[in-house]
Amino acid sequence: MDIFGIPIQAFLGQLLLGLVNGSFYAMLSLGLAVIFGLLGIVNFAHGALYMIGAYVAWIGLDRFGINYWVSLVLAPIVVGVIGAMIERTLLRHLYRIDPIYGLLLTFGLALIAEGIFRFYFGVSGESYPVPEQLAGATNLGFMVLPNYRAWVVFASLVVCLGTWFLIERTRLGAYLRAGTENPTLVQAFGVNVPVLVMLTYAAGAGLAALAGVLASPVIQVTPLMGSNLIIVVFAVVVIGGMGSILGSILTGLGLGVIEGLTKVFYPEASNIVVFVIMAIVLMIRPAGLFGRER
Amino acid sequence: MSTAQSPWRHLAGPAVPLAVLALLIAAPFLGVYPVFMMKALCYAMFACAFNLLLGYTGLLSFGHAAFFGAAAYSTGWLVRTAGWSPELGVLAGVAVAAGVGLVVGLIAIRREGIYFAMITLAMAQMVYFVFLQAPFTGGEDGLQGVPRGKLFGVIPLGDDLTFYFIVLAVFVAVFLFIVRIVRSPFGQVLKAIRENEPRAISLGYDVARYKLLAFVLSTALAGLAGAIKTLVLGFASLTDAHWTMSGEVILMTLLGGMGTFAGPVIGAFTIIGLQNLLADRVGEWVTVIIGAIFVICVVAFRRGFVGELLAWVQRRKKALARS
Repeated sequence: MDIFGIPIQAFLGQLLLGLVNGSFYAMLSLGLAVIFGLLGIVNFAHGALYMIGAYVAWIGLDRFGINYWVSLVLAPIVVGVIGAMIERTLLRHLYRIDPIYGLLLTFGLALIAEGIFRFYFGVSGESYPVPEQLAGATNLGFMVLPNYRAWVVFASLVVCLGTWFLIERTRLGAYLRAGTENPTLVQAFGVNVPVLVMLTYAAGAGLAALAGVLASPVIQVTPLMGSNLIIVVFAVVVIGGMGSILGSILTGLGLGVIEGLTKVFYPEASNIVVFVIMAIVLMIRPAGLFGRER
Repeated sequence: MSTAQSPWRHLAGPAVPLAVLALLIAAPFLGVYPVFMMKALCYAMFACAFNLLLGYTGLLSFGHAAFFGAAAYSTGWLVRTAGWSPELGVLAGVAVAAGVGLVVGLIAIRREGIYFAMITLAMAQMVYFVFLQAPFTGGEDGLQGVPRGKLFGVIPLGDDLTFYFIVLAVFVAVFLFIVRIVRSPFGQVLKAIRENEPRAISLGYDVARYKLLAFVLSTALAGLAGAIKTLVLGFASLTDAHWTMSGEVILMTLLGGMGTFAGPVIGAFTIIGLQNLLADRVGEWVTVIIGAIFVICVVAFRRGFVGELLAWVQRRKKALARS
């Protein structure tokens, strides 16, 4: 069976790979959007935090024998603590000034992280084994589904929807949304806004690290994995607009799928298709698909 | 981002720039390697072009490497493979950079502030991937062995000292051109947009057109820097178009002092000098050091060398006036 002359197995395989990449886009753009909403900072270091998450998992397994499932919890905590420290020591100086400084500062942090990991681990990359519970594949009849990839899509959907629920449906989320609108007033109502801000950045960092651990068995863990991804995620954020959480998730997944399909039909363009879509969206709807013009 | 117009105004009139020019002319005779000076001047031109946009129009482009690289590749290919003369090759490089700049600018000016930065970064990454895959760029190796040729068919550029004075002349021309633009009525409008865009719109200025023109001018000059750099070093590579290069030109401008004329030049010489000094000694740590300078600049040193100097001069003046 073929679809437009492409064997269906290859087609579905790329579709799934697109969904896997889309899951990472969704998780990272979600974190970027939440951080930008409350802190007004476009976190260039998000890619670096994702990379550090993957390395925490790899180092944990390689040096200390910590298994995948523990890393899935441990890495977000470690990176979340790093995030909290970054917020306390550096980012807090930037809240009252032009947001481009936040981008530049986090860009510097990304360079520092990348340089340090390149010094210790080189650029060739490490491979992380698929955990044994998720090894192998399931034959669905029309395609062979690699278990781990299915797990990545499932896990990231749960995490993304959980984040959506936390922000839109809980009291903590209400504080967060109120803090995004008017931090001074929320502070006046007795909410400790500086702590809220710190926790938000830490949570965004943890989310990036979680994506990094999930990604480590499907890609090469390299110091450069974060910066290559973050630029695409920026384009995703521009396309989706940072206004809506569900919008970020949908845009991330959708663009992952489009990228995957481009790999099937016109592989040369798969690297640039997201950027081309960004350009088109900007011409038609400058605020982004789910964005509000401010 | 309000900084004084001219870094020299408060100092001793034209004496300082003339002294700097004299120093630049004398540099190769004082034992400074001419190729290093030419490279630094190219990056200084690049940073000045970038500053026209960031410092005077208030637009942060995170993709200027694309224009620098586009010109570097075009000039390199035309001079090496098509056998063009250096002056025509450089002109064509500038035209290509301005053309790419026009397309990217048209898309990017549809959003403001932080989005502008993200869009230019993404568009530049697209240009980078095109260069990575295009058949004429030599992929990972880049274009090697670009000959310098003879300027106007007469002046051989192979001689480092001759070429140095030509590069210096181009640099001075670009510097004065930027000073002229900034002080022109056009430049005043750009600054008005930087300070308060809604007001500029309400005064009846077609802000989008001003921004686009500033963007294209800046990309053309960035292209000039990239084209000459290819002739100086004899190669164009993916590094020229990579986002780290976009980051470096931001750092040069920020470190020297954005929105000042001399700042980007000082910043470029500092960073290129530092890289030269450190490259053999610390290897991978260069990235870490560059990143750390970024962080320090943003947290504690936002006005840059020239900006801080001006602020200090101003404070002193006030103190003197009071006593």
